[in-house]
Amino acid sequence: MLPGFEKKTVAPAEALAARVAVEDFHAEYCAILDGGELERWPDFFTEDCLYRVTEFENAAHGLPVGLVYAEGRDMLHDRAVAIARTQMFAPRQILHFVSNVRILDVSAGEIVAQSNYLLLQTLVEGATTLHQAGRLFDRFARKGDSLLLKERQAIYDTAMIANDLVYPV
Amino acid sequence: MYSNEAIIGSTTLASKNAPIESLAWPQEGLHAIPDWVYTNESVYALEVERIFHGRTWNFVALEAEVPNTGDYKRSYVGPTPVVVSRAEDGSVHVFENRCAHRGAEFCRHSRGNNKEFVCPYHQWSYDLKGNLQGIPFKRGVNKQGGMPKDFRNEEHGLRKLAVATRNGVVFASFAHDMEPLEDYLTPEILEDFDAVFPGRKLRILGFYKNELPCNWKMYHENLKDPYHATLLHSFLVVFGLLVAGNRSAMVADSKYGVHGTMASAKSDTLYAQVDEDKKKEMRSFHDGMKLRDERLLDFVKEFDSEWSVTMQTIWPNLVVQREMNTLGVRHIVPNGPNSMIMLWTMFGYEDDTDDMVRHRLRQGNLMGPSGFLGLEDNEAMKFVQEGVRRSVTDRSILKLDGDKIGTADNLISEAAIRAMYKHYRQVMGF
Repeated sequence: MLPGFEKKTVAPAEALAARVAVEDFHAEYCAILDGGELERWPDFFTEDCLYRVTEFENAAHGLPVGLVYAEGRDMLHDRAVAIARTQMFAPRQILHFVSNVRILDVSAGEIVAQSNYLLLQTLVEGATTLHQAGRLFDRFARKGDSLLLKERQAIYDTAMIANDLVYPV
Repeated sequence: MYSNEAIIGSTTLASKNAPIESLAWPQEGLHAIPDWVYTNESVYALEVERIFHGRTWNFVALEAEVPNTGDYKRSYVGPTPVVVSRAEDGSVHVFENRCAHRGAEFCRHSRGNNKEFVCPYHQWSYDLKGNLQGIPFKRGVNKQGGMPKDFRNEEHGLRKLAVATRNGVVFASFAHDMEPLEDYLTPEILEDFDAVFPGRKLRILGFYKNELPCNWKMYHENLKDPYHATLLHSFLVVFGLLVAGNRSAMVADSKYGVHGTMASAKSDTLYAQVDEDKKKEMRSFHDGMKLRDERLLDFVKEFDSEWSVTMQTIWPNLVVQREMNTLGVRHIVPNGPNSMIMLWTMFGYEDDTDDMVRHRLRQGNLMGPSGFLGLEDNEAMKFVQEGVRRSVTDRSILKLDGDKIGTADNLISEAAIRAMYKHYRQVMGF
């Protein structure tokens, strides 16, 4: 669906190792967001990263807009600080679920992966609702066993957003 | 959470949804707004009839969304689904998204291209202007059944709306004897509208959609309320985009009082200097906040305007956003008294360089359902809707800059909101 995220042939052992690494990454990444440590979120990205959250129709038609669009970790840092310290919004709990991790390509310095995600949200005295469902298209930089996101495109199917999206995916 | 998923208080108090004959505007006149304008089902139904289906021009599309013959999009006039279509002769047409036969909402894709519209139920077909072309088995089978002999296709096309365009922006109306669009928009409003739409070809950058659990009028009011901008949006204040005391304007059109332009001029320095006495008034002020990536706030002077920011409210369903270099239209779709849908189309110009496109995308983080400013507006309006719907108190206060109705000469004013309600009361008979 997104150019640059085509499925390539990857040796099974390599794909398995990559999948374990990516799943570990998702677990840590989601734990930070769901645990309210938003200002640590930029640490999961490379300095020159690209981060975009956009609806399916934009991605399908090659339209570049992002609900969130950041070039570089500094922009992610500014967003994290703005949300954590200055923004006004109703208190909420969030839970991210990432599954169906699929390794698209592996090279010495990079892993390319696709996953599905669900974002659940609970407002004060509210029901726990499915706030967003979508796909993650991720490009990781590998340094030994550790991964950092060079690119994340979160493409959501839930086009009609319930009011707003406060925390990142 | 969508507005229909509330657990506590999902029903409206009887007093907030009383029979329309029993409603009376408060004695305070335009110094108060009764809660029932936001919560009452009958009031909402009358608004759809008299405002959205009445004598108004409603935004339906940008021409750049349907550039070629056969291009179409699903759209809305008020809550009513319509289709915007580009015909072979280049003209743009707007008709109800309802088959003339049995009423099916036939156009299901957000956008697309086709040679004709075919209802999937019984395959009645319509041309790109909404005229009925073909009915399968119109003469029956073996001379049995079929339409009566006097059935005329030309009498059974899709219901068509009047259409007017200005510099690539398409409006429609159920009233076929509307005044020209230019007269409706008024000279005061056209001045800034034309700065964004000077006739330069637009490039669509993409879309967002969200449901706001608030009454549709609140969105207009929020953009006729410069008072909130200096208080709710600490981001604006910290970075000097808008500080009480900045050069600014809150214009209401002098013909109807319902259209508006909220405008401000960015200070020359990146970060605002805020006086000690003003800081005390602004609880959300954060001293010493700095961006790591200051490109977010770059302003490329590309408009024939003294303002760096103009937010225009065009009655009844359009907001034109020019927040420095991030441009967008917001299409308001009312959705009952307690909900509205907002359809966002973000754009630049066809001759933008790649760098300029990326600058617009970066600056887009200020607005939209995840924007530094947009998010706070959505939250605040949700709070207001819950407050007016669930409380016993029955009105809110509208006294800032109390003697004035219409254009305000300062930010601490509700004069433009009063102008909107003055017109509203006339149209609605309240």
